[in-house]
Amino acid sequence: MTTDEQLASSDVEALRRLRWSCRRGMLELDLLLEAFLKHGFVKLDARGRETFERLLDYPDTTLLQLLMGQMQSSDRDVAHVVEFIRQTARHPS
Amino acid sequence: MGVTVRKFDALIIGAGGAGLRAALQLANAEASVAVVSKVFPTRSHTVAAQGGVNAALANVLPDSWHWHMYDTVKGSDWLGDQDAIEYMCRAAPKVVYELEHFGVPFSRLDNGNIYQRAFGGQSQHFGKEQAARTCAAADRTGHAILHSLYQQNIRAKTHFFDEYFAVDLLKDEEGYVLGALAFEILTGEPIVIEAKTTLLATGGVGQLFRTCTNALINTGDGMSMALRAGIPLQDMEFFQFHPTGIAGRGMLITEGARGEGGYLLNADGERFMERYAPNAKDLASRDVVSRAIYTEVKEGRGCGPEKDYVLLQLTHLGRDKIMQRLPGIRETCITFLGLDPIDHPIPIYPTAHYTMGGIPTNRFGQVVVPVKDTPEDPVPGLYAAGEAACVSVHGANRLGGNSLLDILVFGRAAANHIIDVLEHNRYHRPLHQPAVDAALERFHRWDRKGDGEHVDQLRQELRKVMEAHCGVFRTEEVMAEGVAKVKAIAERVKDAVLRDHSKVFNTARVEAMELENLVDCALATVQSALGRKESRGAHSRIDYPDRDDTHWLKHTLYFKHSDSLDYKPVRTKPMTVESFPPKVRVY
Ligand SMILES: Cc1cc2nc3c(=O)[nH]c(=O)nc-3n(C[C@H](O)[C@H](O)[C@H](O)COP(=O)(O)OP(=O)(O)OC[C@H]3O[C@@H](n4cnc5c(N)ncnc54)[C@H](O)[C@@H]3O)c2cc1C
Repeated sequence: MTTDEQLASSDVEALRRLRWSCRRGMLELDLLLEAFLKHGFVKLDARGRETFERLLDYPDTTLLQLLMGQMQSSDRDVAHVVEFIRQTARHPS
Repeated sequence: MGVTVRKFDALIIGAGGAGLRAALQLANAEASVAVVSKVFPTRSHTVAAQGGVNAALANVLPDSWHWHMYDTVKGSDWLGDQDAIEYMCRAAPKVVYELEHFGVPFSRLDNGNIYQRAFGGQSQHFGKEQAARTCAAADRTGHAILHSLYQQNIRAKTHFFDEYFAVDLLKDEEGYVLGALAFEILTGEPIVIEAKTTLLATGGVGQLFRTCTNALINTGDGMSMALRAGIPLQDMEFFQFHPTGIAGRGMLITEGARGEGGYLLNADGERFMERYAPNAKDLASRDVVSRAIYTEVKEGRGCGPEKDYVLLQLTHLGRDKIMQRLPGIRETCITFLGLDPIDHPIPIYPTAHYTMGGIPTNRFGQVVVPVKDTPEDPVPGLYAAGEAACVSVHGANRLGGNSLLDILVFGRAAANHIIDVLEHNRYHRPLHQPAVDAALERFHRWDRKGDGEHVDQLRQELRKVMEAHCGVFRTEEVMAEGVAKVKAIAERVKDAVLRDHSKVFNTARVEAMELENLVDCALATVQSALGRKESRGAHSRIDYPDRDDTHWLKHTLYFKHSDSLDYKPVRTKPMTVESFPPKVRVY
C-alpha cells in the first residue's frame, strides 16, 4: 500500500502540499524525497512527520549533504528521519 | 466570475539565476517587478550547479576575454552568434565581481583574489596552453548565487509570487505581449499578471529524456508558452548528453571514474569500447562513448532483466583508490543503488544534461522572430534569458561554466533593455480579453471529467520515446519514427483527464500542464533534429557523420502552429573584433 491509500482524506491535502515541497532544484533530492513520500512517510509517527516537514525547509545543498551521508545532524529527530529516508531509497517497497 | 488582475512594470517568469539577476537590476532601478516561480525561488535548478562560472580574471594563469571568446566559438562548433559571445565574454569579469559584491563567497587564493580552476575546453592564446577560468564558491556555486540574489531581491522589494504556475502569455492583436496568466498552486485560483514587459526565464527541458541529470521541474514551460504564442524555438536539436549517467536514475558519474582506470562492460563481459575506439578506448570523446553504449544495448548486449544498460567496472581499482579518488561516486551509488562500487560494477546509460536551444533572442534579451525579410524582428514587450533562451552563445555545444555566465550576463542585459523601454512607456496597453479567455480555456481544460489516460503514464512514455528516437543515436529512420510516436502521444494527451479535481495544492494539475509543455518541446526537438542533415557539436547523426558548413552553418527555427522548420543565418560578425572562421574542431 502506498501513502495515499493509507491516509485519511483530511491528511491528503497536507500530503499534496508536502509533495510540492519535495520538488527541488536537484534530481537527487527529487528522487529521494519522492520515493520516501510514496513508501516511507506513512510509517512515521506524528513527531517524525513534523520533523520531515522541518527538514523540507532546509536549503537544497544542506539537505543533499545530509541525505548523501556527507553530514550528520546533531538534532536526533532529524538524524533519525534522514536515516529512514536513506533506507527507503535503497529498499523502496 | 472575475479573475484577479495585478499590474507591474515588469513580469519575470522564473526565479533561477537568470530571473533573479534580471529582477534585481530592475528593482534597483525603481521598477515594480513581479517574479513568478512554480517552486520556492531558492529551489530553482540553478542550485544544482556545482562546478562554477567562467570569467577571464587571469587570477591563476594569464587570460583574456578574447581567448575566452575563441574557446566559446570553437566549443559551439561555430554555430554560436559571435556578437553575443563577444558581449558575454567581455561582461564576464564585471558580472563575477558584482556577484562578489552581492555576497557570493567565492573560494580564494592566498593573496585574497578569487581562485579559478581549469575546466575542459579552456585555453590561452586561442587554443594553446590550458587556461584556468572557472570561479567557484566551493562546490556550491549555484546555491551561493541563488541565495545571494534572492536576499538582494528581498531587500530591493521585488514582489514574489512563490508557488505560482505560469500558464500562457497574453498577447494583443498587434503582437504586444501584455503579461501572463498564472495560477496559485495553493488555491488553484487563476490570476492575470499584467506587465509592460515580460521576461521568460523558466530554465531548460532536461525532463524530455528518461535518463537525465535535471530536476523534475525542468519541463520547458516557458519554451512551450513561447511556441503557443506563435514564437519559434531555435536550435532545439542541440542537447548535451553525458555518456555515463546512472541507468534509470540519471545522475552523473564524472569522467574522472574512467580517467582513474574504470572501463565499460557489456552483458558478455566484453570491454566493448575496444571495438569502437581501439586507441582511446574508454576515454574516447563523449559522443563516441554515448553512441557505443546505445549500440550495445540496441543490439541486445545490454545488462539486467531489460537488457537496457551497460556496466562501469571500478572494482579492480581497489578500495583505497576508490575511497580516496572517487568518494562522491561511491556515495551516490550506495545511496541510489544500494551497491558499493568497491564490490560491484555500476549500471550506466547516457544522460541528458543541458538544453542548448530555446527561445530565440538577440544580445539585449529581446525575443526575436522572422518577419517577412527580417530574420530577427523583436516581439514587443517580450524577453527571454537563461537556459530557456537561445541567444545563442552555446551554439551546438555548451562549455562547462558558461551557462551560469550566460544566465547572469543576459539576465542583466535584458533588464537593462527593459529599463530603457520602461522610460518611454509609462502606461500599460489595454488588456486583450480574448487572450485572457484563451489562456483560461486551456487552464480549465483540465477540469474535464470522465475516462482517460493517466498523465504520469504518458510522461513516462514520452521520455522513453525521446530517449530512443532523439537521444544519442540519430538517423533519418529512427527520428522519423520518433516524430510519429511523439505525435501519437500528443493526440492521447488531448484526451487525458485528471482523477483528482480538488483545488487546493492539486499538483496533478501542475503535472498535467507540464506534460503538455513537454510534448510541445519534444516535437520541436525531434523535428529540428530530423531536419538537420549533418553532425555538429552535440547533434551527431550516423547517416550524416560530418559537419557541413556549406549547407548547415545556420540556426534552425521550429514553429508549432504549422509544425514546420525555417532557418536563419548565424551571426558570424562579432561586435568589435575579427570574426573566427570555422575550422575543424579538435581538442
Ligand atoms: C547537475 C547540473 C550541474 C550543473 N553545473 C553547472 C556548472 O557548474 N556551471 C555552469 O555554468 N552550469 C552548470 N549547469 C547548468 C546551469 O545550472 C543551468 O543552465 C542554469 O542554472 C539555468 O538557470 P536558469 O535561471 O536559466 O533556470 P533555472 O535555474 O532552471 O530556473 C528556472 C525557474 O523557472 C521557474 N519556472 C519554470 N516553469 C515555470 C512555470 N510554468 N511557472 C512559474 N515558474 C516556472 C522555476 O520555478 C525556476 O524558478 C549544471 C546543470 C546541472 C543539471
